[in-house]
Amino acid sequence: MAQGIDREVIAPTLREIAADWSADQEVFRHTHWGKAMMWIFLLSDTFIFSCFLTGYMTVRASATLPWPNTAEVFALNIGGQDIPLVLIAIMTFALISSSGTMAMAVNFGYQRDRRKTTALMLLTALFGLTFLGMQAFEWSKLIFEEGVRPWSNPMGAPQFGAAFFMITGFHGLHVTCGVILLLIIASKVARGHYDKSGDYSAVEIAGLYWHFVDLVWVFIFAFFYLW
Amino acid sequence: MATTLADDLRPLHHPHSWVTKYVWSQDHKVIAIQYSVTAISIGLVALVLSALMRLQLGFPGLFPAIQPDNYLQFVSMHGMIMVVYLLTALLLGGFGNYLIPLMIGARDMVFPFVNMLSFWFYLLSVIVLVAGFFVPGGPTGAGWTLYPPQAITEGTPGHQWGIATMLVSLAIFVAAFTMGGLNYVTTVLQARTRGMTLMRMPLSVWGIFTASVMGLLAFPALFVAAIMMLFDHFAGTSFFMPTMQSMGAITDTQGGSPLLFQHLFWFFGHPEVYIVALPAFGIVSDLISVHARRNIFGYRMMVWAIVIIGALSFLVWAHHMYVSGMNPYFGFFFATSTLIIAIPTAIKVYNWLLTLWRGDIHLRVPMLFAIAFIFTFIHGGLSGLFLGNVSVDVPLSDTFFVVAHFHMVMGVSPVLVIFGAIYHWYPKIFGRMWNETLGKLHFWITFLGVYAIFLPMHYLGILGVPRRYYALGETAFIPQSVHLANAWISIAALIVFVAQGMFFFNMIWSLFRGPRADPNPWGAASLEWLTPDTPPGHGNWGPHLPVVHRWAYDYSVPGAARDFIPQTEPRT
Repeated sequence: MAQGIDREVIAPTLREIAADWSADQEVFRHTHWGKAMMWIFLLSDTFIFSCFLTGYMTVRASATLPWPNTAEVFALNIGGQDIPLVLIAIMTFALISSSGTMAMAVNFGYQRDRRKTTALMLLTALFGLTFLGMQAFEWSKLIFEEGVRPWSNPMGAPQFGAAFFMITGFHGLHVTCGVILLLIIASKVARGHYDKSGDYSAVEIAGLYWHFVDLVWVFIFAFFYLW
Repeated sequence: MATTLADDLRPLHHPHSWVTKYVWSQDHKVIAIQYSVTAISIGLVALVLSALMRLQLGFPGLFPAIQPDNYLQFVSMHGMIMVVYLLTALLLGGFGNYLIPLMIGARDMVFPFVNMLSFWFYLLSVIVLVAGFFVPGGPTGAGWTLYPPQAITEGTPGHQWGIATMLVSLAIFVAAFTMGGLNYVTTVLQARTRGMTLMRMPLSVWGIFTASVMGLLAFPALFVAAIMMLFDHFAGTSFFMPTMQSMGAITDTQGGSPLLFQHLFWFFGHPEVYIVALPAFGIVSDLISVHARRNIFGYRMMVWAIVIIGALSFLVWAHHMYVSGMNPYFGFFFATSTLIIAIPTAIKVYNWLLTLWRGDIHLRVPMLFAIAFIFTFIHGGLSGLFLGNVSVDVPLSDTFFVVAHFHMVMGVSPVLVIFGAIYHWYPKIFGRMWNETLGKLHFWITFLGVYAIFLPMHYLGILGVPRRYYALGETAFIPQSVHLANAWISIAALIVFVAQGMFFFNMIWSLFRGPRADPNPWGAASLEWLTPDTPPGHGNWGPHLPVVHRWAYDYSVPGAARDFIPQTEPRT
């Protein structure tokens, strides 16, 4: 059985990849240049976030004061009860949902459905804004109520605040850029720009970036909040 | 967008005025010249700094204007400018921009607008860098490696504003490089002309392509390190700052990891060596093949060696940190991975020699520089074997041996290739020919001069003379011969410094007065020599893109009418 898959699926696929790479003109056949470039950019951006997260893990290991208990720090008092990670769960849910709506927008884009594409992209941007709003709330709670600063932290290691503000801030900046990008592309879709050029690839390229930002969030969530 | 590959000019941005043609230009050739002129200008600043350093080292006490602080600032700025702002920018932004579209038969980069932004960001980063000379306290004197805590701690020159301008400038440079690098990589992958397979590309393109991919993966580490140090500096965080005493008082910082910076810096810094070296490897392969009228020996092996060196260079960074302290098993790992790189590198050197073997060698100026590169590169590579081994490196660390090694291997060698490449492509870029006699004089003084400078430095290093010292003074273990050698090196360095004037005079004078150049003066087979106009016009190829039928190295083919067959000639 395994040998059958090997012969029928894997080997021909490998042969096709080799044929594409050894052919002339294009390595990625019928791929929009912008899409290829976005993929390469995302690979580079992956290295930026990897370095940030590695740096965070290193200072967490080198810190001399104890690391705060994230379950307590990121708890929200609702109805007299501390519920750990509830805000972050909602934020994550909003962001993951936005990936869903974005995927639908790309699908309708290729079907040339201008109205639905625009609506779904706006909905995606709205989810993004929700995420940013909740992040602003979380930051202000940490700063004003808990007294966490980049250089100090009443609950222990100062590296906690430093790494938190730097990494979530850098990710928030990516989300902000993403929302602006989505709004620009959505308005172009609405004005029929891509019907004229006959090419809806821009929607997919914006989508690639958006999915990437979501994926990065999953790692930040796992490494910062759950650990 | 496969359709844009057809022979139409629609996707091109057409300039209408002088400003859009030469200032806000989106033409890769103009951007390449903008990049090159900026890089060479800032490189001249670094060259002047090295001359000032040599004045101090050769004749200590004779120039009271050079204070210890100034000396450290010269060292730091010289290193960073030469590595990042000159070599990286010139080889990728300059030669990458000029050669990639012409060599693969494209009309321009895939996203000319982003390409233009890349240059303007680069110029901004250079302006911020130069601003460091004028801020209070002057530029940083932390050494080009910028190690914290000392880089941002009181007592280091420029610890207040000089380091800040340096870090901001580096972050902008990374953004500029990313925009350019994305273009170079995507253009090579997606915009080649008909018949131009990856395995028919000239090695110059392979070198620049691989270096660009590496840059996109290595520069992020520098970017992150710069951002974190800026936080440490201005927001009082402790990413890199441990608890320590400064000026007799305990600092506010605690629990940071200075080693983290070193890891991030060298995760960028080691690939950076090959980001500079690989384009030079590629270009020198083409120079040797063209001027020896022989096909490059072992083309496939040359390509794979470039790719393998690129991949391996991401696994060796901690060999710069042997004296920082690490688990002996890590030392073993990094020494082993470092020495493995010698294999693909040796393959390349043998292949260059075998290309020359029984070739019809024309000792023109570009060829002289190419052959000189083989000499300096072998010497620099051999001293690298000493430094790659932990037990040999530890006593040699932080001595002039290290200075001699990296100047030979990644300073002089790529610069010789750059000189060769400028002489080689100048007739195509400007349509004029330079003066042969002046070029040869420039070559011989430079080539013999670098040996006069850097060979004695190995000797100083083995004696244990430390680097980055303002003056040696009366030190028991340092014999009189060291002072003599230092004076000798300084005199040689100043002669080489002045001799570069011949190069600039030759280039600028020939621009206006040089004889008109033949479209293909060297009889080269690759595409960039086959453009309808010299210099190539906007869009490069006239109405139709060239069609490629063979590799770029058909020289002295038996039975052929001429001693080269252009890539566009159909196979019979």
